[in-house]
Amino acid sequence: MIIDIEVNNKTIKAKRGETILSALNSNGIKVPTLCHIDGFVPTGACRICVVEVEGKPNLIPSCSYPVEEWMKIKTHSQRVIKARKTIVELLLANHPNDCLYCERNGNCELQKLAEELNIRERKYSNEREKLKIDPSCSSIIKESDKCILCGRCIRVCEEIQGITTYDFAKINNRHIISTSFNKPLNISNCILCGQCIMVCPTGALHERNNIDKIQQALNVINKHVVVFYSPTISVSLAEEFNMKPGKNISGIINAALRKIGFNKVFDSTFATDVYIIEQTKELIYRIENNINLPLFTSNCPAWIKYAEEYFPEILTNISKCKSPQQIMGSIVKEIYSEENNIPVNDIITVSIEPCTAKKFESQREEMTNNGISDVDIAITTRELAQLIRLHGIDLQNIEEEIADFPYHTRSSAGKLTSISGGTAEAILRTLNYKITGKELEDLKISELRNNKSVKEIKIKIGKTNVGIAVISSMSKAGDFIKTLPKRKDLHLIEIMACPCGCVNGGGQPIKADTKDIKSRIKSIYDIDRKELIKVAHKNPQVIELYSKHLDNLSEEEKQKVLFTNYSKRDVLL
Amino acid sequence: MLKNIDTIINKFTNSNRDNLIPILQEIQNTYGYLSEDSIVSVSKHFDLPTSKIYGIATFYDQFIFQPKGKYHILLCNGTSCHVSGSKKILKEIEKILKIKDGETTSDGIFSIQSVNCMGACSLSPVISVNGKFYSKVNLIEIKKIIKFYQTKEK
Ligand code: SF4
Ligand code: SF4
Ligand code: FES
Ligand code: FES
Repeated sequence: MIIDIEVNNKTIKAKRGETILSALNSNGIKVPTLCHIDGFVPTGACRICVVEVEGKPNLIPSCSYPVEEWMKIKTHSQRVIKARKTIVELLLANHPNDCLYCERNGNCELQKLAEELNIRERKYSNEREKLKIDPSCSSIIKESDKCILCGRCIRVCEEIQGITTYDFAKINNRHIISTSFNKPLNISNCILCGQCIMVCPTGALHERNNIDKIQQALNVINKHVVVFYSPTISVSLAEEFNMKPGKNISGIINAALRKIGFNKVFDSTFATDVYIIEQTKELIYRIENNINLPLFTSNCPAWIKYAEEYFPEILTNISKCKSPQQIMGSIVKEIYSEENNIPVNDIITVSIEPCTAKKFESQREEMTNNGISDVDIAITTRELAQLIRLHGIDLQNIEEEIADFPYHTRSSAGKLTSISGGTAEAILRTLNYKITGKELEDLKISELRNNKSVKEIKIKIGKTNVGIAVISSMSKAGDFIKTLPKRKDLHLIEIMACPCGCVNGGGQPIKADTKDIKSRIKSIYDIDRKELIKVAHKNPQVIELYSKHLDNLSEEEKQKVLFTNYSKRDVLL
Repeated sequence: MLKNIDTIINKFTNSNRDNLIPILQEIQNTYGYLSEDSIVSVSKHFDLPTSKIYGIATFYDQFIFQPKGKYHILLCNGTSCHVSGSKKILKEIEKILKIKDGETTSDGIFSIQSVNCMGACSLSPVISVNGKFYSKVNLIEIKKIIKFYQTKEK
């Protein structure tokens, strides 16, 4: 039901039951927030969103207070502004003064609030001992000194991922967010999905920045630095450079990476096609022999870590295929290096991913051969943007180029893996071809194309009624896995940690909102509509890779390039 | 040891969250501290992550998460003691023993725990070592007190 309320002497419409904040936002009136996350139950903890309501003696937090008919609200009265200013001044009293060196410099909500509220001096000063940075983890760094205790990370981690790595704690008389027993992150239950980074207003949580490592690698003479980027990157970088969100700019990325100085630029979607083919073979084998079903996908390293911690009993059901990032790395180190006579020790592989967990994955011991990693350095979309700025490249004014031979071709099926449901769709396409010898009549599987976090379909392929489930977010995955003992009808389960999949990964540009993520998804589906090669098994260079190399490898060599194993991880849950 | 923790937990038959603090108290009274194992058992009982149980417990001064040292130093951080400089005393102890509030030295000899008003405000700042009270402690005094126990151990 629609009601009238009065805001700043103007009548506006609001829905009964919605919060003041939501009514203000839908009428284009901006009120600052800190602890609020869209779509989450409000906590009313920070009070930066306060407004003045006529007849109420105290200021009211708009994020958690419902509208009432004919309520008279002032959103920017002197009193309100003063209150907000004091809140920020108090936050700043406890905050280090090192914006210039901060990971979130120019992109920090606290900085922005201080500017908006015209805070020009440190009003209160609270001398506190510096808290140690937690540098233990290969993916995520926690700087407790910069934490303003808004609790957004805790809630995302708990409610979306069901992990609850952090909670508020009082340690040494300081309130902080702490892991269980205040352990370093690398031995905590954190799955490194990075969703907490996406909501942290400050630099308290951020990825381990590897730009310096790349700069060093590019500087060493005689090193052959090979870069490759995941299918999602081409549709999520544009907005960092004021281009239309979701715009597919793979050609521009190729050109920019060459300008930066990488010796070779490959498209990891090539390896994704290999991954799809191998996983399909594995699925066929398991269905034919009725073992280890359902098969779980293995392209999301955060999901893998989750399974190792929470469901070690299903590890045998997880696909043995390495993730596309790792397959790309090992193809370069094992096959490309030999073909081109480049000693493997002279190659440095850099992978660009929408993900923070990929950094951890690249460092896993299972992902090395005789001490040499498949992927040496993994960076996020955000770091790529930084690297491009560092090298002064103007994306708006460079010509598109294609990636380097021979790993430059890709199918649009590979691209689909960026979206929750896409890996299943891609596998089904190849599965149908391998079993029936024919392509699916309709390649687009609409039931898998929506933003629900749990989707299920059945498709008859050959004699089998193939049961598929697709899940994104770990809390949903955990609930689903618990129901599995009662399910005998499922063959393939695709799981991704980030809601909607990699398009919404924890390594993506911070500013993105739901609309931007929708644009990325649309862009990928557009590519799939227009692309000529829509199935992994028709990727010409992949076909060649099989006939020239993969098919001639011994089982043991193949194992090295394509497959891996995981094992139980003991952490406090 | 685990078995006994379960006995304590099972005394509280329902997993109503109001029972959380009483259970933790009883575990601490029995074992002197809250171990990782015990928090894991409690977390299973309440179906809550360990980070939450740990987080909640840290807000209560009475809980410690390492076994107490042979000499357990309680340091009052109540209002009166705070005003008369208990924080400086704590810093000093932390400096000498190279541990933080709530921790135990690696040789297991000393541990520190700051607590609320110990009921001797007129003698503030107050500390106690294994129950023996020291009043109006200052920076010189505290060095002597710790030295005394250290020599006892040599
Ligand atoms: S990275 Fe993911 S699992 Fe780890 S703390 Fe952040 S949200 Fe939780
Ligand atoms: S780490 Fe960031 S998101 Fe988490 S409570 Fe602190 S400021 Fe908020
Ligand atoms: S945003 Fe409303 S109280 Fe924090
Ligand atoms: S405040 Fe220390 S004894 Fe009361």
